Amino acid sequence: MAFLHRYRLQLGITALLAMLLALFALLSPQTFLGGRIYISFLSTIPFIAILALGLTFLVIAGELDMSFPSLMAMAGLLFAEIYLRTASPWLGFVAALAAGGIGGLLNGLLVVKVGVPSIIATIGTQFFWRGLSALLASGLARNIASIRGTDFHQLMVGRVLGIPAQALWFLALAILLALLLNRHVFGERVLFTGDNLRAARLNGVDTDRVRLWLFTMMGLLSAFVAVLVCLEMGNWWPTQGEGYLLLVFAAIFIGGTSVFGGRGTLYGTCIGAIIIGIIEAGIISAGFSGFWTRLVHGLIIVVSVSIYATIFRTGRS
Amino acid sequence: MSGPGKDRPPILELRGVGKSFRGTPALSDIHLAVYPGEVVGLVGDNGAGKSTLIKILSGVHRPDSGSLLIDGVAVDSSRYGVAQARSMGIETLFQESTLGEQQPLWRNIFVGRALVNRWGMLRVAEEKRVTMEILRRYVGLQGRAITADTPVQTLSGGERQGVAIGRAMYFDARLVVLDEPTTALSLGEVDRVLTFIEQLSRQGRACILISHNVGHIYRVASRFLILDRGEMVASYDRQDISLGDLHGRLLQIHGGAR
Repeated sequence: MAFLHRYRLQLGITALLAMLLALFALLSPQTFLGGRIYISFLSTIPFIAILALGLTFLVIAGELDMSFPSLMAMAGLLFAEIYLRTASPWLGFVAALAAGGIGGLLNGLLVVKVGVPSIIATIGTQFFWRGLSALLASGLARNIASIRGTDFHQLMVGRVLGIPAQALWFLALAILLALLLNRHVFGERVLFTGDNLRAARLNGVDTDRVRLWLFTMMGLLSAFVAVLVCLEMGNWWPTQGEGYLLLVFAAIFIGGTSVFGGRGTLYGTCIGAIIIGIIEAGIISAGFSGFWTRLVHGLIIVVSVSIYATIFRTGRS
Repeated sequence: MSGPGKDRPPILELRGVGKSFRGTPALSDIHLAVYPGEVVGLVGDNGAGKSTLIKILSGVHRPDSGSLLIDGVAVDSSRYGVAQARSMGIETLFQESTLGEQQPLWRNIFVGRALVNRWGMLRVAEEKRVTMEILRRYVGLQGRAITADTPVQTLSGGERQGVAIGRAMYFDARLVVLDEPTTALSLGEVDRVLTFIEQLSRQGRACILISHNVGHIYRVASRFLILDRGEMVASYDRQDISLGDLHGRLLQIHGGAR
């Protein structure tokens, strides 16, 4: 009983996913009872899910990052451009990670040292990175289809026993980050930073340093996903990443992480990302128009956060 | 002036400590020594600098001037933070909450000094075991289903104070600093806190008690220090002053300033 109560949020979200899958299987058995759709999910959902893992940490610490889609564009451009010029995907990858890390750290410095609230600071940097990447690219896309033959492509987004490699990267990151949050001293500092910043400081937690690390981590993960997306699509384009912003936030809040900080679950975020990721396919294969997707996303978000607020009393107290 | 244990160096000593915030002095030229087994009552009006003084003792703020000595040895104030203060046996119970409301008790007991292995992974089973021990010994579990996993937000004010006190005791504090520990507590809970302070002194530990309630201070302290607008303006040994006179002096000092 205690177990059920303690993990009621995780169980609830898992039940929601099971119900959706059952519903889709009922509406379009030929699609949802076969394996191909799931392989397709494994190639697309990890992008949302990896971003959501990083952002969950920030939300738990009481911060937000609105800039990651633009940071993705910047890092992706560097990756594509350097690959095109040097034919070395590795060099491009390192440069992308460096840009992501620096961009994330910059967000952190604006929030922690300058004192700008994170939602405002990262709206600013969102515009900045989007603008800078468009300027540097002259608004043009970069075709990197030739990267498909490289070992790097195989390593990052190839197929391992038929499973898309990005799903395995996601799995590894999810396990690592779950250990970091729940069982590592750094995760404890994150939880207290979000729970009560002043109390955390009085207990000797360096809340500035914790938040700088988290913003940097989010930047690194954004760059990592940007590279995966470029590889998967064989292309970089100026609006890359834009579609992810709301989907990633939706995954986190469907997953039951508190917007007020101090509490959150990476498991919930993962299930939330899966729910967000399967809805479009479910709707279209059931014969509805794609316009339904957003509407259903909206319904699921509103209903799930309402359940959290009423049953689990996750509101502001 | 020969209280118990004054043949030994003070556990903690401040020499000429000053601190200002953005040019506004909060404390100036504070001298203070606390000996083993001693309970020092610190009184002063709002804004007298009590909280700033406590935050210097506990390593939250760094003093601008003066020096801090522990066991007679000067401490490098640039390296004196909360973790260092705690590791040298100085525990502070702040007036404001230092608990993470949504976090389980075991995390709250150990936050800032987690038991970790060499990769920084928490030794959760051990932390939970110690938490249960603290709960049994200091909080009391009469009929309440409190476990190491219970989030702090479900605890009463007295139970929270019990957790904070238990934490200080478990980590073997030599000097316990209590900032308004009896505010918003029931009469029975106030008595438990004061009894705890008396126990500390009998065990040879020292205590600095800050309170607006002069009656509480007078019951447990052996020495009273009066702080006014950032300066230490008076010091009395308990045997030299009655409760009424102490009260009168306080009113005189704070009232006379207006």
